[in-house]
Parts: sequence; C-alpha cells; structure tokens
Amino acid sequence: MAKSNIAAFLCGLLFSIGLGISGMTQPHKVIGFLDVFGEWDLSLAFVMGGAVISYLLLQLWIQRRFSTPMLGEKFQFPSRKDLDRSLIFGALLFGLGWGLGGYCPGPAITSLGSVSVNALLFVVAMGMGMLLADRVISPILTHQALKN
Amino acid sequence: MTEFEVAMPLAGGILIGIAAAMMLLFSGKIAGISGIFGGMLFRQGEERTWRSAFVAGLIAGGVLLYSINTEYFENSSGRGLVAVTIAGLLVGIGTRVGGGCTSGHGVCGIGRLSARSLAATVTFMVAGMAMVALVQPLYH
Repeated sequence: MAKSNIAAFLCGLLFSIGLGISGMTQPHKVIGFLDVFGEWDLSLAFVMGGAVISYLLLQLWIQRRFSTPMLGEKFQFPSRKDLDRSLIFGALLFGLGWGLGGYCPGPAITSLGSVSVNALLFVVAMGMGMLLADRVISPILTHQALKN
Repeated sequence: MTEFEVAMPLAGGILIGIAAAMMLLFSGKIAGISGIFGGMLFRQGEERTWRSAFVAGLIAGGVLLYSINTEYFENSSGRGLVAVTIAGLLVGIGTRVGGGCTSGHGVCGIGRLSARSLAATVTFMVAGMAMVALVQPLYH
C-alpha cells in the first residue's frame, strides 16, 4: 500500500478522534450550538475556533517551509475566488440539513463506527443526495448560469 | 444560554486542525470531508484509493472512540429516522452543489482566508440556526 494512503488513513483517524472528543459526534450538542434563540450551547464554537486557528498557523508554516508535499507532487488549493449562486444555494441546503439532523459529513461517517442506525441512514441518504446533485441539480444550475 | 464546555471542544478542534494540516503536509490535499466522501463514491483508481483510506480512518476512529466510551456517540436530539434521512439528502446535495462542508469550507477554507469559504460558512451557519429555530419546538 502506498505511503500516501497510509497517511490519508492516519489523518482520517486523527480527524475522527478530534471530532469525538470535541462533542461533534453528539447531534444534540450540534443542535444546541445552532439553537441561538433557545438553550444556546456555545461549546462547539471552541471546536471551530481551535480547528481554524491551528490549521491557519500550520498551513502558513507548511507553505513557507515546503515547496511540495512530503508524499505528493504539488499542493492542490482551490483556485476559485468568485462568489456564485451554486456556492450560496448549496451552503444554504447543507445548513438546513445540518440543523435538521445535527450531523455534518465528518461526524456522521465517524459515527458509523458506533453502529448507529441514524448515522447509517444519514450517510446513505447523503450519498444519494450527492448523486442527485451531480446528475441533476448542478447541471441545471450551470445551464441557467450560461443562459444569463 | 446554557452552561458550555471549553477545554475538550478546544482540544478536539486543535486535533482536527492538526489532522487537516497533516493531510496538506503529506499529500497536498484539502481535508474536506464531503469532497473526500463524494470522490470516493464517484471517482476511480488512485483518486478513489486515498479517499477510501481517509474514510476508513474516520470509521476506525469511530470504532476506537466507541470502544473507549459510548458517550461520545450519545444522541438525545430526538431526531427520528425520517428526519435524519431528509437531513442526509439535504447535506449531500448542499455540500456537493456548494463545494464543501464544515471541514472544507469551515476549517480549511477559512484557515486559508478564502472569501468563498467564509461566505459559505456564514450561509450554512445561519441556515442551520434557522432550521433549528423552526423545528426545535417540535422536539421539546
């Protein structure tokens, strides 16, 4: 097995441990964080804060110190800068689903390890939603954008 | 507002940031989980392999956490099977159309000071808050 696949496995493992100990794998906590007009639980703001700040500093260091990744050919950063309708429309739908179920993709996949039926249903539905997006919704959005 | 925790969420968040940065350091990739999962489903060959390895790592971590303490996966949200299925569909469509989720836009994107990711993150947070405001009364 290639070293880069072992690295990806270990990154996924560490990522899920972070999700678990932070509380992100408990849907009621996620919902509590989003419940700003109710019993607002601020805890998960510290997850985002800790993750963003540590990633920000580390990625700056990596980009300064390394010209290529240790096991790859080049750094692959998204290049788009414009704000478009797909970005906002997609984020809107994602947010609605996040608030409804209390799961975002990482915690839901991690929760498969706990043999949770809710998480399993969520992940299967998420895969079907992605298929629907690729085959139907994104082509329509792109077509409309071309027409305008 | 209710009582909130700081130490464990912060520690977990820092681990997430380190894991995402390791992905960048080793493979040069953005650790966006919706993108990785979608790519695992719809791409082939080498593009599928590393994504499958990452997803396997996530699940292995879940198994490990569950074996240490089942409370990591406590769920008193009251959400039933219909709600999580609709939620999964919305999250699948939304992350694919919007090009990312909490990890790709919220952590890696904002961590790179991307305006697109900031706009997406503000949008999904506000939408999530609106949905909770709307449905939470049903679960009390």
